[in-house]
Formats: sequence, structure tokens, C-alpha cells
Amino acid sequence: MIYAVAVLAPILGSAIAGLLGRAIGDRAAQAVSILGMVIAAICGNIAFAELTWGGAETGTVDLGTWISAGPFHVAWALRYDALSAVMVAMVTLISTLIHIYSVGYMGHDAYPTYRFFSYLSLFTFAMLMLVTADNLIQLFFGWEGVGLASYLLIGYWYDKPSACAAAIKAFLVNRIADLFFAVGIALVFFVFGSVEFPAIFAAVGQHAGETYTLFGTAWPVLEVIGVLLFIGAMGKSAQIGLHTWLPDAMEGPTPVSALIHAATMVTAGVFLVARMSPLLEFAPTAKALIVIVGGSTALFAATVGCTQNDIKRVIAYSTCSQLGYMFIAAGVGAYQVSIFHLITHAFFKALLFLGAGSVIHAMSGEQDMRQMGGIWKKIPATYVVMWIGNLALAGIPFFAGYYSKDAILEANFDVGTGVGLYGFVCGVAAAFLTAFYSWRLLIMTFHGKPRAEAKIMAHVHESPAVMLVPLIVLAIGAVFSGMGFHAQFIGEGWHEFWRNAIVNAPSNHVLADLERVPESIALLPTFMGVLGIALAYVMYVAAPSLPGALTRAFGPIYRFLLNKWYFDELYDAVLVRPAMALARSLWQVGDATLIDGVPNGLASLATDSSAQVVKLQTGSIAIYAFSMLIGLVLLVTIYLLFR
Amino acid sequence: MNWTLALPEIALAVSGMAILLFGVLRKEESGFLASMLAIGALLLAGVLMTATGAGHAYDGQFVVDPFSVALKLLILAGAILGVALSVDYNRAEGIGRFEFPVLIVMATVGMMVMVSAANLMTLYLGLELQSLSIYVLAAFARENLRSAEAGLKYFVLGALASGLLLYGMTLVYGFTGTMDFARIATGLADPMQVSAGLIVGVVFILAGLAFKISAVPFHMWTPDVYEGAPTPVTAFLSTAPKVAAMGLLLRVMIGPFGHLLAQWQGLVVLVSIASMLLGALGAIGQRNIKRLMAYSSIGHMGYALIGLAAGTVSGVRGVLVYLAVYIFMSAGAFAVILAMRRGGRAVEGIADLAGLGRSDPALAMLMSVFMFSMAGIPPLSGFFGKLYVFLAAVQSGMWTLAIIGVLTSVVGAYYYVRIIKVMYFDAGETGFAVRPATLSIVAAGSGLVTLLFALFAAPVVAMAEAAARALLG
Repeated sequence: MIYAVAVLAPILGSAIAGLLGRAIGDRAAQAVSILGMVIAAICGNIAFAELTWGGAETGTVDLGTWISAGPFHVAWALRYDALSAVMVAMVTLISTLIHIYSVGYMGHDAYPTYRFFSYLSLFTFAMLMLVTADNLIQLFFGWEGVGLASYLLIGYWYDKPSACAAAIKAFLVNRIADLFFAVGIALVFFVFGSVEFPAIFAAVGQHAGETYTLFGTAWPVLEVIGVLLFIGAMGKSAQIGLHTWLPDAMEGPTPVSALIHAATMVTAGVFLVARMSPLLEFAPTAKALIVIVGGSTALFAATVGCTQNDIKRVIAYSTCSQLGYMFIAAGVGAYQVSIFHLITHAFFKALLFLGAGSVIHAMSGEQDMRQMGGIWKKIPATYVVMWIGNLALAGIPFFAGYYSKDAILEANFDVGTGVGLYGFVCGVAAAFLTAFYSWRLLIMTFHGKPRAEAKIMAHVHESPAVMLVPLIVLAIGAVFSGMGFHAQFIGEGWHEFWRNAIVNAPSNHVLADLERVPESIALLPTFMGVLGIALAYVMYVAAPSLPGALTRAFGPIYRFLLNKWYFDELYDAVLVRPAMALARSLWQVGDATLIDGVPNGLASLATDSSAQVVKLQTGSIAIYAFSMLIGLVLLVTIYLLFR
Repeated sequence: MNWTLALPEIALAVSGMAILLFGVLRKEESGFLASMLAIGALLLAGVLMTATGAGHAYDGQFVVDPFSVALKLLILAGAILGVALSVDYNRAEGIGRFEFPVLIVMATVGMMVMVSAANLMTLYLGLELQSLSIYVLAAFARENLRSAEAGLKYFVLGALASGLLLYGMTLVYGFTGTMDFARIATGLADPMQVSAGLIVGVVFILAGLAFKISAVPFHMWTPDVYEGAPTPVTAFLSTAPKVAAMGLLLRVMIGPFGHLLAQWQGLVVLVSIASMLLGALGAIGQRNIKRLMAYSSIGHMGYALIGLAAGTVSGVRGVLVYLAVYIFMSAGAFAVILAMRRGGRAVEGIADLAGLGRSDPALAMLMSVFMFSMAGIPPLSGFFGKLYVFLAAVQSGMWTLAIIGVLTSVVGAYYYVRIIKVMYFDAGETGFAVRPATLSIVAAGSGLVTLLFALFAAPVVAMAEAAARALLG
């Protein structure tokens, strides 16, 4: 019951704020949507606590029938198990903080913000539907809802062309991935005859060896499903190839970025993989693919993050990279570790984004780090929370990220396969880069000589309490969430914590083996992190001329990274331009010429034949009589010939 | 001898002559009174029809069955509407003479005889009585050159058609030895035995009757006569005589020549397609609304012929429903056309309708109903008329006919809707003169029938079905 309130309160808040916002006023709309979120956060966290410490039973909350057509049944139902509950608790909490923060951040916006708050709550609701789904269709409903809300929020400043373009891009890239997801769902229904999770998970073992024949070749059906669902997850979670929308999504207001990167949207893909763990345990190839894609993304995004100058873009690529971490954990069967990292990441990434928002707020909207610097004394609170966020991100011991990231790399090392090793190597390299770009960000933003104009510098000020309080709450989470939940999520208590929400195959001992990793391997990520920080210190404090020299020395590599491996240019050339050309030709040739031409031609044909038809109508009786006789002869002839 | 079966016709003929006598004996102008008497006589005939039974009379030359009753009711309705429409126009144009309603009554007698014909001779008698009356009516405004021309044209071409019909009848008589429909049918029971001469005869009869319903290629008179004749005559021409001639065509083709269905079906299909096409295309360029109505009526007869081509119960039912629907929308449209008077003169241009939507919203609304109905837009009556004939065609597997019918009605919609566009969207001159009450009543009544046909479609269709079953036996 309390669980249903947690899921449904945001949509109520969203509806009231959105539909009645004009009538009840901006303040009231903000209050209503925040109230809905606070209720949701309280209920969601109580529900989580009851399950974790109160010994509540897992189960489902039935809300009614959605679709019932022949053998196809879909119910509105909320799944109540550790995986869903922890997601609900995290999403509602982070989203509530972001809502509160937005009151301050959006305070200077020229337009009324009830629309913004309505979208934020809608976004949260869609994510909650996604994580509490008890069947694939409801999950897909939430999945698409998240896509819609992200489109609305990224394009919130609709008078900004770049924001509109980013919104469309996010939507389209996600649609591509969603197509695979939808096909995957269809294939699940085809194989299992159901889309309900309990029915699917119960029957997975029976279908283990089955194949699916497509175009004359047979494929192991569970592998195909696994890959299709993972491609769907790749879109939402911005994995390499389908990641291009995420950096552009920075065009939305900063709280939106925080929401997308921390609580909702990008974590959906990781969640999906964890949710489908019973099925993926039978799909080793799909899992290997997950590790390879995840590892590549982690490394790729980290390299790009090192060269970006927009403060939000750096953090965006770091999200991309951290999501890669989550996938390499899931890919080796350590789904629990992956969700653990998801939760800790949610705290410190929301913190980083909101902190960056606070910086941007202080800098009168400036986002380019090259125009910042020397402001740490002016905004000390923001400075401190950004430090905490970066320490957690870099995986420095006893901060949240340390526990989860270490566990991921250990798990990868632990499985001992080639794929696992690939994940491990990518992860360690990315850890180094992560620390480097994090401190690059810190140093460029806060230290050194002020590079901004005097007018902006004079205006630099600490954010109001309504923005700082959420930052402090998140900072506490970024410090303690790793330490606090380590034991439950992946430590000795994980069996009791997860119960059967996540399934590990009997042969999968990865969690049990975590502690047996050699000491040197366990310390490696931390060591790499410290090394990255040191490098950043050298390059941006000790020898500030070094980055310029390196840029000149390795020009092509620098430009390759700065331009994000030319993914956008590649897609533009290979996909966007041909599609536009095709569309243009379909429009000009297909539509304007052919489709319009047919009715226009028919119309002129009609008028032309009309002129011909009445030509005989001269008024002369002789012609009339003659045509009658001709007609008669014609009829007689036809009759005699064809009788 | 069961002569009472023809009581309505006898009564109507006697009344017609009485009105003639009355008009001659009365010294002053008596057009209005004569018209009212004529309407009374037509109503009386209608009442008498409900009293007479069914069966054959006059040695089997005259038949009364549900088919003939249904058609006669439509004919009487058309005639009453025709007389009502004429009263004020004739007075205004100075042709309000008492002969006008008398001629309509006589034409009606002829039409009633036509649809009751069970013998080639009866058929011819009725047809000629009707035709001669209408020739005179067409030339009724005899000082008007165009009216006289129209009458003469109609007479000459009509005589040619009558000649073809007579020639066909003699051929049929010559090859079968009888003029009785039932016996001809018996003689043709085996289509394989039919000689070429008889077939020529059938085609000649078909041609003669096709002239009366202005089906292509015997339609050439229609635009000229419609335009030239006084408008009430045009209105009358487009209602009752069409019903009678179509009824007669059904009776002859399905009665005596019914066994040859497979042979003449192709011809009717051809005539039907040609009529639909010409009706749709010919009307596009017209500027005179009466000429436009002429092409429209050619098209409508093409649609009705679809039902005949099917040659089934549902086909005949479709034709009857189509005719019932058609006379009301046609009479209504002509009521609006008759109301087009400006500066004491009748105007006939489509452009003259411009601005009617503002100057006379009620009339414009009624005209829109008639035009939409003629275009076959649901839920107006014209839609149901087309629905039943297309249905019959589809049921008989004549997809080509149905498809061409649908396509031509799309073209037709263009010029019907154009009239609505002119009324509502074109800037117009001053409004028309105050319209007489009779026109308002006819237009509103026809408008209601057209608008609300869907509500009472079931009994009409049931009656048409009974009539069709009586014809096909």
C-alpha cells in the first residue's frame, strides 16, 4: 500500500502541477509537485526499510488489468522485492532533492516553472513504473515514459534551437534502441507465451537449449533475447555507439541533467539487465557482449572526458564511463555489484551535477571551465561538496565510489576469463582517467587565476539554502552510502538482502569470491586513482604549460578525443545525411510530384474530358439524331457479336 | 372483365378532361384554380390506388402488382410536386394558363398506363400519351424562342425514338407472334433458340426507352431541353417521367426479355457506365444550373441502371429506392432554382447563387442538403440510393460497375460541392426576390425527406423489395 503511494504520488503531483499550474500559480504548483515527491520519498524509503530490516514479505501490489487479449495478459502490478524497492527508494529520494534544488535553480527563469516541475515529476513516475514493473510491457511503458519525459525536459527551453535538436536526438537515438527492446519483448512472448516476470523466470530453464530460426540460420533463443534486450539497455544507458544523445542532453536545465544521470533514465538499462538476470544467466554470449560494450564505453568515455571544456560535458562523459562500469559488473554475473555501483553513483553523480549547477548559477550561466577559476573562496560550500563528489567518483577509499568500483574490478578479475580481463583492464585504465579528469575539473573550475570577466566575478555568490541543503544531503550519501550498504549489497549479508530478486546461476560464485582477490589487485584501482590526481596536479598546477605542449605534440590524438572520437560526424555522414536525402527525395519526387501529381493530373484529366464530352453538344438536331443512330448501331453490333 | 383495376387511371383521365372543360368554360385566367384541381385529382388517384386490388385486366393487357403500385405512387408524388412548383412561376412569367396542369395530369395518366403495361401495345399507348403531353409542355412558353426550340427538338428526337421503339416492337411481334409480355417470355424461354432479328428488336426497344431516361448515347436532347424548357417543366421532366420510363424499362427487360438477361446485360452495363461518365464529366464546365441538372440527371440514371444491369431482386430494389430518393432531391433542388428570381426575372447562372449563404441562409442550407445528397454523402438520402445499387452490383459480382460508379460520384461531388462553395464563399449580388410559399413548402418538405431518409429507410426498402419480388416473380 505504502509502496503504491510511493509510485503514484509523483504522477498526481505532476498532473496537478501540469494541468492546473496556470490556475493555481507557480508557487503552488512547485509546492504540490514537491509535496508529491516528499510523500513518495518517505513511503518509498519506508517500504525499502521494511523489506531490508523489517522482514517484510516480497510480493506484488495489483493495481488492475491492463490488457487481456487471448493468451496475452498484462496487469498493472508493482513488484515488491529488493531490486525494485532499492530503486524506488533511491529514485524517490534523489528526485525529491532535485525537485527542491530546482526551486532555487529555476528561480531566475523567465517563464513560469510549473511545466518544469510537472515534467520532473512525470519523469520520476515513469522511472518508478519502470523499476516496479512485474512484466515486460509495464516496464516498456515506464521505459517509453522516461523517453518522453527526457525529451520534454531536454527541450524544456524550446526557444533554444540547440535544446530542441538535443531533445530530438535523445528521443531518436532512444527509439532505435527501443525498437530492439520491443522486438526482444515480442520474442520473449513468442518463446515463453507470457510477458510476466514470474512466468518467464520460472520457465527459463526449460527453454535453455532452444534455438530460434531466422533467415535459415538457427540461433540460441535466450542469447538472442539477451542481446536484443541489452541493445535496448544500451540506448537508455548511453553505451558506446548509442551514447551520442547523452552529452547533448546537457542542453536541458542542470537539474534535468542530474535527474537523467543519477536517478532516472540512464540507470534504466542497468536495471533491466539486473532484472533479467535469471534469463541472462543462461546467455553467456550476451553477457560477454555486455562486458565488452561496457568496458569499451568506460574507457572511451573517460578518454573523451579528459579533453572536454564544458563542465557539464565532462560530468556527462563520466556518467557514460561509470555506466560502462555497471555493465562490466553485470556482464560477469555480479548484478548485485552493478546495482550497488548504480546506487552509490546516483548519490555522487547527482551531487556533482547539482554542484556544477551551483557553479554555473554562481558564474551567471557560464559553463566553459576555461572561463572559470579562482572562485573556491567565494563559494566554499559548493567547493567542498564538489570535492566530496569527485573523491567518491575517483574511488578514493572510504568514499562511496571506492566500495562499488573496487568490487566491480575485483569481480572482473575474479572470473578469470578473457572477457573478464578485458573489463578489468578497461576499468583500471578508466579509473586512472576518471581521477585525472575529475581533478582537472576541480582545478580548472575553482583554482588558479580568475579567467572570467570582472563583472561576472563580482557577481559570484554562494547558492541559496534551497540549493545547498540538497547538496549537503547528497554529499552525506556520497560519503556514506558505500560504507553503509556494502555489507548488505555485496558483503556477507547479500543473500538475505536480495533474497531472489537477482538470480545467480549455481556455477556463478563471483560474489562469494570477491574477498579472495589478491591484495595487489584490490589496491590497484586506488593506486590508479591517486596517480590520476597526481597527474592532474602536475599538469594544471605545477606545470600549467604542459597541457598546451601536449596538445601541440599530439594534435591529431587531441582532436580525436576533443571531437568525441568523431561519432557524431560519423553518424551524420552515414545515417543522418542519407536519411535526409532520402526523405527529401521522397518529399519532392514521391509526394510533391507523384502523390500530388496523381490527383492534380486526374483533376485536369476530368476537366479536359469534360470539354471533349460537351463538344458534340452543338444544339443541332441532325447531330443529335445521328449520334442516336450511331449509338443504336453500336449497341446492335455489340449485342450481335457478343450474345 | 376486371376494369376496376384501372380505376385510378380512369378517374385521373376523366378529371383531367373535366379540368380542361372547366378552364375552357371559365372566362378569366384560371391557372391557379386548375392547378389546385389537378393536385386534387392526383391525390384522388392516389387514394383510389389504395382501394384497388391486384391482378390483370383488359385481356391481360393491363397489370396491377406491387411493382406498378410503388412506381405509380412515385409518379403521382412527382406530378404533384411538378404542379406545385409551376403555379407561381407560370404566373410570374405570364404563362399561367390552365392547360399546364391539364397536360401534366394527362402525362401522368400516360405514365401510369406505362408502368401497368403488360402488353407492347399498352406500353406504346401510355408512352405516347406521356410524350405528347410533355412535348407540348416543353414548348409551353411559346413566345419564348428557346422554349419553342426545346419543344420542337424534344418532339423531333422523341419521334425518332418512338420510331425506333415501334420498329423494335414490330420485330419482336414478328419473331414471337405475340405482343403479350407473358407469352413473349414463354417464347424466349430457351435463349439458344433466339433469332438475330428478335435481338435487333430488343435492342431497338432498349434504345427507344433509353431515350426517355436520357441514357447515353440517347441523351443528346437533355441539356438543350432542360435549359430551354420553362423551369417547372424541367423540374417535372426530371422527376415523374424518369420514374415512369425507368419503371417501364425494368418491366420490359426483366419481364418479357428476362430470359435474355445474359445477352442484354452487357449493353445495359455499357449504357450505365457511359451515362455515369458523361453525367460526371459533362457537368463540370457548365455555367447554367439547369444544364448542370441535365447532366446530373444523366448521371443519376446511369447509377439507377446499375440495378437493372444486376437484374436481380436486390438490383430492382436498388433502382426503386434510387428513384424514390431521386425525385425528392431533384424536386427540392428545382424548388431552389425556381426561387432564383432577381428584378422580376428568373436567373439561371450558377454564379447567380453567390452570396446566398448570407442573403437567404435557409434556402442555401436546403440547397446544400440537396447537393450533398446528390453527391451521395451520408447520412442523406442520396447515399442510400447509391448504397443499394452498388450493393446489388457487388452481390452480382459486377465490381467494375460499382468501382466506376464510386469514381464518377467522386467527380460528381466536385460540381455539387462547387455550388455550395459558390453559395457560401463567393461574394454575391443582392439577394433574390421574396420566394413564394409553395416553393418554400416543396423545398422544405423535400429537404426533410432527403435529410431524414435514414429514419424511415426500412419501410421504403421493404416496399421496394416487395415490388422487386413481384416483378421477378
